[in-house]
Amino acid sequence: MAKATFSVRRQTGFATIALVCFVMLYAPILTLMIYSFNDGTSVAIWEGFSWRWYERAAANEQVQESALLSLKIASIAAVLATIFATMAALATTRTRPYRGLTAIFAAINTPLMVPEIVTAVALLIFFASIKVATGYTGIAYLVAAHTAFCIPFAYLPIRARLESMDATLEIAAADLYATPWRAFRRVTFPLLWPGIVAGLMLAFVISLDDVVITEFVKSAGQDTLPTYMLGQLRRIVTPEMNAISTVFLGISVMVVALFFFMTRKKN
Amino acid sequence: MAISGTQSQRGGTHVSAAEAAAAFERRETRTRWLLSAPALITLAVASIGPLLIVLVYSFLQKNPNGGVFWQFSTDAWFNVILQRDIFDDTLQFADAHLSIFWRSVKLSMGTTVLALIFGFPTAYFIATRPERTRELWLFLITIPFWTNLLIRTFAIQEVIRNEGIVNSLLLWVGIIDAPIQMMFTDFAIMMGMLYVFLPLMVLPLYASMEKLDFRLVEAGYDLYATRLQVLRRVIIPLVKPGIIAGSILVFIPSLGAYVTPRVLGGGKSLMLGNLIELQFGQGRNWPLGAALSMTLLCIVMVALLVYVRKTSRQGGAHG
Amino acid sequence: MSTAAAAVEAKNVSKIFGAGVGEVRALDNVSVTIRQNEFFTLLGPSGCGKTTLLRLIAGFEMPTEGSILLEGEEVAHLPPFKRPVNTVFQNYALFPHMSVAENIGFGLEMLGKPKTEVQQTVDAMLRLVRMEELKHRKTSQISGGQQQRVALARALAPRPKVLLLDEPLSALDYKLRKDMQLELKRMQHETGITFIFVTHDQEEALTMSDRIAVMSQGNILQIGSPDEIYERPADRFVADFIGETNFIEAEVIERIGEDGRIRLPSGVAVSHKLASNAGVGSRVTLAIRPERIDLVRADGETHLKGKVDNIVYFGTDTTFHVGLDSGQSVTVRVQNRRGHQEILQVGDVVGLTIAPEAMQILRD
Ligand SMILES: Nc1ncnc2c1ncn2[C@@H]1O[C@H](COP(=O)(O)OP(=O)(O)OP(=O)(O)O)[C@@H](O)[C@H]1O
Ligand SMILES: [Mg+2]
Repeated sequence: MAKATFSVRRQTGFATIALVCFVMLYAPILTLMIYSFNDGTSVAIWEGFSWRWYERAAANEQVQESALLSLKIASIAAVLATIFATMAALATTRTRPYRGLTAIFAAINTPLMVPEIVTAVALLIFFASIKVATGYTGIAYLVAAHTAFCIPFAYLPIRARLESMDATLEIAAADLYATPWRAFRRVTFPLLWPGIVAGLMLAFVISLDDVVITEFVKSAGQDTLPTYMLGQLRRIVTPEMNAISTVFLGISVMVVALFFFMTRKKN
Repeated sequence: MAISGTQSQRGGTHVSAAEAAAAFERRETRTRWLLSAPALITLAVASIGPLLIVLVYSFLQKNPNGGVFWQFSTDAWFNVILQRDIFDDTLQFADAHLSIFWRSVKLSMGTTVLALIFGFPTAYFIATRPERTRELWLFLITIPFWTNLLIRTFAIQEVIRNEGIVNSLLLWVGIIDAPIQMMFTDFAIMMGMLYVFLPLMVLPLYASMEKLDFRLVEAGYDLYATRLQVLRRVIIPLVKPGIIAGSILVFIPSLGAYVTPRVLGGGKSLMLGNLIELQFGQGRNWPLGAALSMTLLCIVMVALLVYVRKTSRQGGAHG
Repeated sequence: MSTAAAAVEAKNVSKIFGAGVGEVRALDNVSVTIRQNEFFTLLGPSGCGKTTLLRLIAGFEMPTEGSILLEGEEVAHLPPFKRPVNTVFQNYALFPHMSVAENIGFGLEMLGKPKTEVQQTVDAMLRLVRMEELKHRKTSQISGGQQQRVALARALAPRPKVLLLDEPLSALDYKLRKDMQLELKRMQHETGITFIFVTHDQEEALTMSDRIAVMSQGNILQIGSPDEIYERPADRFVADFIGETNFIEAEVIERIGEDGRIRLPSGVAVSHKLASNAGVGSRVTLAIRPERIDLVRADGETHLKGKVDNIVYFGTDTTFHVGLDSGQSVTVRVQNRRGHQEILQVGDVVGLTIAPEAMQILRD
């Protein structure tokens, strides 16, 4: 009776390694979060609970400015990328193969294939010469760069949604006297909406997280939260960094959880 | 409608049908391109176009004050692997570059192997969970993937710093009496990259394991295979596409990593990404930086090509 | 635009998909005239071009050649949303994000009809398809048969000149399908709209249609009323596709004007009307339905003789497979009015007689 049943799926040691893996993934992040509440200056010695680093971070003007810039860029870039990706998805799904289709796919996916550092350097060169020529050093460069690399991320869920959508629905709308625009407004768009929201959220998170390209493209004095943090990491770090990171992580996790929940509910 | 009536009387229906079809086709084509245009223009301006400029820059002469002189030159490409001795003008291998190349490849491969060692059992573990809890485990793997890479690197740094958790703990317990130097070593970089890229290994592995037909595993046991033999002879061959995909997905960003080696390697342990940056910063050798970027891009493209070839062949072999 | 104009007319329509090696000729120079208020059926095996013809009429595809006329007017240049034609799709294509009522009212709304009129028509349509109670349901929350009715109501609501139905019943189970066949007939009657109906179920075609067009490989082989198609199939394909048929080779031995005599494989000669191209000595193929053959005693006067190879009992009738001396097998169907099974057994030699009008000479 005591004999354990033989499980076909079991592999010796796999569960242990997997659990170690999960601990390894979460332990550093959790430690980082915990120490954001440390009363002391050290990120290793616990000296009691306090909100002081959060207060300090909130009062830090540089943090405020960079966080604001991050949100501004992520919002604009995510919205633009999602609109562009939606249009491109409409042009590239459920059509007979046409000349240029593969080229469009390749173009949309380049940001996924090209190493970030290479794109960053390329943008540095290109935008540097434009900055010299025009004298303009605003956030348009960052917005353009972010929009570009967000497009494939927004494109993926939208395209997936379109492909799983019944193509005869639009034909049925046309059959029932809907002009192409009205068929889009009344049928395609409402059905595509969950995909568009998912794309928007992915694009937003991706833009918010970017370090490398922003670091190379930004003009002097322009810092997003990640580039600000990258600069700070060179110095002695205080739990203020932990506090900023914790808030940042919270936002990302929330958006991703929402995305996960939304895409799951559909199936 | 009256117009079409006369048309069909005059020219015969033949022409008008073909013409209508052609006009329709033209409209379709125009709509498609108009819809793709914003995305394509954005990508052309902020991704593909600049890459072409990098290619051009790699064939220009460097301006020691930063930037370039508009003069054709192959020096940069030359300098990627060779350097001219300042004294006797002989050609030598550019040791500094080559060693960084080598380190990048070595560390990326090491990271990939480690990721496979940890990722394979993890993916298998998730794939063999009951339907209900599987989603949760998967979610737990996905979360770190979508959280900020810099923050995750920072988190690792806090763990392995001289004053970090590990050293503090070991000191406190009394196992060591001086902190172990882990930061700014190859080990640190590899740990960091393993940490940040591990989900990229687990996800494709999981995708192919999820499709695994466990009746085949049963058949393996039925034919007297031990657990290890089933793993080696049945499971691994069946999930090979996932292994390849995961390895490529970890290897490519590792090779081009910039943030992780910058933070964890400090100025000492450079990787290709940092070498490239250096040329645009202190090095003031933009053409060399451009040539190095193109080299990195080429390696990545070759890796992707190998991947595409491998997977398509695999697909063919299975019918 | 006279009332005499045909509802739909296809003139020399061809449709080619793809180009070069992958070219598919889905329709090959098809001409057909569909009358007003007709229940017209397109019948043919899978891939013969039925859907393609419907899509051309609806405007979802453009003909490669030829023209399509709706009530006498060329519509080649009209997009689908400007054609007074509605479709009941094979998979229904109901809008999942709208209620039953919203689906049915969609076409009228797109036509810019006032709200009250839309509501009235929707209610009338719901009554017509007997679905009043489910008005506010989402279309994903109703059964297959109900979805089918909503699809029908949605297509009928704008009162199209022509209604196209692409195998609307194929997804339903047998019982529901029989019910819906009757409903469809009733609705066509009540609305007076021209129905063009696609099916590959010959029984469905025979029972429902005013006229049938039998298609094969992008061509229309024969157009006629159900009994014309069944009794006088124009060629071997039609005869074979609709019902069961015996094909028997015969030789023309005499002809005077239209009349002539042909010799059956057994050597027996019979009189028959002949086509103009069948000269003396030429061979023709006869199509004979199994139920039009009588089994008689072998020693009497017979057209053909053979040995019973196999007997299959079907309940209402029994099928005998009779091997002729020439080696060919002939199928004979006899209604079960008792007696035959008891008399005949496998191995018995029997005679076959066929009424002259049951022998249909096929076009070659
Ligand atoms: N969009 C298309 N592209 C290429 N070939 C097509 C296309 N649509 C149809 N065809 C081809 O045209 C031929 C006729 O197709 P059609 O759909 O009209 O057949 P059908 O008679 O409706 O068959 P079924 O009974 O299976 O629905 C087929 O050989 C089909 O493969
Ligand atoms: Mg069809």
